[in-house]
Amino acid sequence: MCRSGLGSPVVSALVIENVFKTYRNGFEALKGISLNVERGDFFALLGPNGAGKSTAISIIASLVSKSSGSVSIYGHDIDTEKEKAKCLIGLVPQEFNFNVWEPVVDILVNQAGYYGIPRKEAFVRAEASLKQLDLWEKRNTQARQLSGGMKRRLMIARALVHRPRLLILDEPTAGVDIEIRRSMWHFLREINQQGTSIILTTHYLEEAESLCRNIAIIHHGRIIEQTSMSKLLSQLNTEIFVLNLKLPLTTPPDLPGYQANLVDGDTLEVEVLREQSMNGLFALLSDQGIEVISMRNKQNRLEQLFIGLVDRTKGQKVTA
Amino acid sequence: MNSWQINRIAFQTIVTKEVLRFLRIWVQTILPPAITTTLYFVIFGKLIGDRIGEMDGYRYIDFIVPGIILMTVIQNSYANVVSSFFGTKLQHYIEELLIAPVPNWVILGGYVVGGVARGTLVGIVVTMVSLFFTDLKINSYALTLLVFVLTSVLFALAGFINAVYAKSFDDISIVPTFVLTPLTYLGGIFYSIQLLPEFWQKLSLANPILYMVNTFRFGILGVSDIDVSVALVIILGFITLLTGYSLRLLSRGVGIKD
Repeated sequence: MCRSGLGSPVVSALVIENVFKTYRNGFEALKGISLNVERGDFFALLGPNGAGKSTAISIIASLVSKSSGSVSIYGHDIDTEKEKAKCLIGLVPQEFNFNVWEPVVDILVNQAGYYGIPRKEAFVRAEASLKQLDLWEKRNTQARQLSGGMKRRLMIARALVHRPRLLILDEPTAGVDIEIRRSMWHFLREINQQGTSIILTTHYLEEAESLCRNIAIIHHGRIIEQTSMSKLLSQLNTEIFVLNLKLPLTTPPDLPGYQANLVDGDTLEVEVLREQSMNGLFALLSDQGIEVISMRNKQNRLEQLFIGLVDRTKGQKVTA
Repeated sequence: MNSWQINRIAFQTIVTKEVLRFLRIWVQTILPPAITTTLYFVIFGKLIGDRIGEMDGYRYIDFIVPGIILMTVIQNSYANVVSSFFGTKLQHYIEELLIAPVPNWVILGGYVVGGVARGTLVGIVVTMVSLFFTDLKINSYALTLLVFVLTSVLFALAGFINAVYAKSFDDISIVPTFVLTPLTYLGGIFYSIQLLPEFWQKLSLANPILYMVNTFRFGILGVSDIDVSVALVIILGFITLLTGYSLRLLSRGVGIKD
């Protein structure tokens, strides 16, 4: 079966260097992106719709030809060592891309066959993958009869059947209910801990924040930020907290140093700067006899940063 | 495991998938040609054929049987690949193959062999049906089998090219309806071109299907309107040309990659 060396331990799982992509209609989807994903990483590639995420992923997976630049997977160039590079990748695309008339198990067995896995072994692996993703009971069902969440899990099972070392997931939890999403997170964490490098694109920034250690933000075909999740989050200067009060207020409380906004009698929004502490805020509230029964962030922290970064590049003319 | 073994398994996987596909829908793929050709044999072979008399020294039904068998091989080899490969594009599961380390020649080979498998199965069914109407005595088994397989390969390749360019269901029916069917009917299945005026005889020689039908007929009956060796060269030439063109389309990603 298809096997490729992982190179020396210092070789990254994915290296993209100065990749450009211009489609035949003249649209420039990528304008010289460079990325480095360490082996074993759980990496988020975020960006607004149309930013170039899916194009970048399709280029890595050889579904789209790049205009220029280079891409290597565990040290194997996708142009000069195409087969070796392909053996190491598993892709879960955004759109369903399986034969809807085929039984679930056949989809996995065929995919394994394309990687040179003998049919008998392919059935064993298909069984393992389907059981891992709670689809074994549906093995003989035609794929079109699966629910949306099951279809997503089927694509993950298919992507793992040849045991790739780099798993790329393009919005894997889109349209999936929260329970299945959480179980998918658990599963992805598990396979990442077992050594599979993962690249994730998602519109659920809570998902990226919860799962990923490193992050790149792509906008208008350019990487506008690439750093670790913790470093990025530490850039956040202010956070707005929404406090639910035990007793209603008629006027906003006096909170020196904090900006407070009384949304309604029972809900207070308070902006807290990075250098300020929550203890200070609660001390002020306690002094005025205001009891807080619950508290939450008004906006996901990563979302706040993401919007800030994207807004900052709006109208900017960046040269490649 | 070396790359040859990996490619062999990938090739077997594509062929198995293709064969299971057309067997799963046998009511659409195997049964209709059997019914249609039975009608051809009854109407043209028996009812009308008995009044026509002999053609090239053979009973009319004996004369048309080889052509009708080959016609079904042509149509089914073509139809299998064009519909299956277009389906993989339409539902995007071509990506399953493109992301995997499957060389283009394995993809092409797998689909072509899938088409040949259906052409062969339907050809066998039609041949068995023909035995109810004629005593099939084979002049040359080797030549008959060779032309049967080569014709099937050629039209499977043609179906593949059609599927690569096709963007809608209309595109996969235009060629079979407006090109393949007329060329097949004018390819000497139902008549010897000796019956035609000289101008039409010469024009018929531009029809590649004429060479296949006549070579196949020569393999079964031992009569042909054209030189069999020339026909074989033409068939092999077309196969080489279409194989090269198909591989070029795949390597350039025409119709499947942007």
